[in-house]
Amino acid sequence: MADIRPSASIEAVESGLAAQGYIASRQIATAVYLAQQIEKPILVEGPAGVGKTELAKAIAAWRGMKMIRLQCYEGLDEAKALYEWKYAKQLLYTQILKDKLGEVLGGAPTLEAALNQLHDFGDVFFSKEFVEPRPLLQALEQPAGCVLLIDEIDKSDAEFESLLLEILSDFQVTIPELGTVVAVAPPTVILTSNSERDLGDALKRRCLHLHIGFPEQKLEERIVESRVPGISQALRKQMVSFIHEVRTLDLKKLPSVSETIDWARVLVLLQAPELGHEMVKDTLNVLLKYEADIEATMPQVSTFIAKASRQNVFG
Amino acid sequence: MRENLHRFFRAARGAGVRLSPAESIDAMRAVSKVGFADRTILRDTFLLTLAKTQDEKKALGDCFDLFFDQPEPQSPPEDRKADEQDAEGSNGASDSPGDASGGDEQAEGLGQLAQMLLAQDRNQISAAIANAASAASLPDIRYFTQRGIFSGRILDQMGIQRLRDDLDNLAATNPALAERLTNALDGLRGTVRDTVSQALMLYGREEAENLRNEILRNAPLSRIEPRQVDQMRHLIRQIARRLRERYSKPRKRQRRGHLDVRRTIRRNAAWGGVPFLTAWKRRHRDKPKIVALCDVSGSVARVSDFFLLLIHSLHEVVDDVRSFAFSGHLIEVSDILESKSPEEAMAEIMSKVGFGSSDYGNSFDDFEREWMNAITPQTTVIVLGDARSNNLDPRADILRRIAERSKRLVWLNPEGRMAWGWGDSEMPRYSTFCTVVRQCATAKQLERAVSDIVASYQ
Repeated sequence: MADIRPSASIEAVESGLAAQGYIASRQIATAVYLAQQIEKPILVEGPAGVGKTELAKAIAAWRGMKMIRLQCYEGLDEAKALYEWKYAKQLLYTQILKDKLGEVLGGAPTLEAALNQLHDFGDVFFSKEFVEPRPLLQALEQPAGCVLLIDEIDKSDAEFESLLLEILSDFQVTIPELGTVVAVAPPTVILTSNSERDLGDALKRRCLHLHIGFPEQKLEERIVESRVPGISQALRKQMVSFIHEVRTLDLKKLPSVSETIDWARVLVLLQAPELGHEMVKDTLNVLLKYEADIEATMPQVSTFIAKASRQNVFG
Repeated sequence: MRENLHRFFRAARGAGVRLSPAESIDAMRAVSKVGFADRTILRDTFLLTLAKTQDEKKALGDCFDLFFDQPEPQSPPEDRKADEQDAEGSNGASDSPGDASGGDEQAEGLGQLAQMLLAQDRNQISAAIANAASAASLPDIRYFTQRGIFSGRILDQMGIQRLRDDLDNLAATNPALAERLTNALDGLRGTVRDTVSQALMLYGREEAENLRNEILRNAPLSRIEPRQVDQMRHLIRQIARRLRERYSKPRKRQRRGHLDVRRTIRRNAAWGGVPFLTAWKRRHRDKPKIVALCDVSGSVARVSDFFLLLIHSLHEVVDDVRSFAFSGHLIEVSDILESKSPEEAMAEIMSKVGFGSSDYGNSFDDFEREWMNAITPQTTVIVLGDARSNNLDPRADILRRIAERSKRLVWLNPEGRMAWGWGDSEMPRYSTFCTVVRQCATAKQLERAVSDIVASYQ
């Protein structure tokens, strides 16, 4: 076991993702490394806007693979996720081939012979040419492998989960008419969930379970640094610690990383030299998405700014 | 190493993380990829592969820290590192006083254990304890009462018999050495004891907790000791959570099914009966509607706490619950239960109507006058109480009307069946109108009763 240098490989993952502008924590990097090593999907849970979907994009960009995305919603079914028969094409072909069929069967003296001849042609109309691959099947057919993102799995129905089990554990799907389609190269599968409903144990068991929470202050500063390069270091520190203060409040929707980045962009755009009281009040709606939340935060703004700048002095 | 992993999995189960064999296989595969060199990576690996929720992640993290927490031994050989974890936290204890100078020559002819103790080689001692512990199958420890047995077994494995013989011999020939050995032996006993305690903490927690909960579930609610009340509340909350998980799943209306021929033809009349639009038969499903009446009078004061707690949890499971509390008169408490935490709500309800002497007749009368229209043919009415009405008019006629209006009337009585009808109990008179009458004295019975009620709507 001495020849394995996992820490080096995990650092490689970290820097690889960082090159794509995704600053990953150690745990995320470990998950990505393990997913590749033991070929298991990653189930990413966490609040909205912490970069669950971004992670899949970053992995795809880093490995130079195609990303196939399946957005889940209520009522998503096999025909939209897995495959569908091209009915129109089937119909068209039967019409075109009508004469040909007559020719082929023309020589047969009896009905039974004609039927036997027809059997010899096999199921021409239920062959690969007539299958319309949907995201899941597409992902299996990529020769160079791909990143398959199954987004917001918690939005789909419980039955859809069962549909995924085969593809998640064995990287294959079974089409009754064609047989089993096995992945050419096992895709890297990322599932995301906002925990709107509890996922089934069978699904969870097949995945690595990664929870991405709000990042620590240092990490969030690095994320802002990588995403919004134009922002000054002092302002960055101030705004991140301000947001961390806001997250201690009991709000309907806490600001997450995507809001932090948006806010940083806004502050840069407004050319704010530092976090001012008025500035924050004017731009609070970038950070908070509910009127009630803004009202709850308003009275605290001065205290938070004071705290943030104090921390800036000492930290 | 694999042995250690298995022990860790067992400890993790003890900590409340649900682990299937498939998950442990995955974890093994993952561990074989990352190795043991970096503990934070190993920890992350376990968290990723084994834990499936945030709670589990936390429990598993704590368990990991406990399991692999050990004071760094001096110059640890890499491959033995894990073998020593059984002796964790106890290396210091094996440090017996006494000068290590001299005596090595006299150690000739002594048993292995005696030599080891005299040499004061901590790593060797730890390893020996670990080996003896696994030979004595220490991870099988379940209850705290087994501590003595396991300590004895481990010491036996390490060859304490031979050590005693050596001590006897030495006492005659070399008293100084004998004393040193005795001290070392005391230290060793301490170390083994610590090892066993820790194993108990790791492996015995699940069993101990299960045993305690099992006893508690079957204990009569009215005779719970004050120090158990908190545990009991915890247990009731667990029950409530289980009920919620089982019954609060959003149920979709059945979309597929049989063709509703009549409606299909009707709908397609415009096209001469050619069925362009299809209509499907739907199964009708009642939404649960519950009206709960809870006695909070002095005679059931000790139980009503738990009743209210359970009603509180019912409010979380079922949308349409109206709850009422009464002793001398009756008030509606739905708002209090819905807006406040269980403890606050219970205190408020108790201060409003609690602890009086109960008057079922008057309370039923209050209910009929004010809230009778809350009962529809889909409603289940639950009455929680002992039906002891202090010899006042029981007004069973109102209960009859309630029963007639509702889908079901369930009476949960904390008293045993034997007591019904004795003294001022009006149970026999009331029970004629009830769909179900249950004795409900323990947490287990309470869970069964509520589960049945909610299940009847599924």
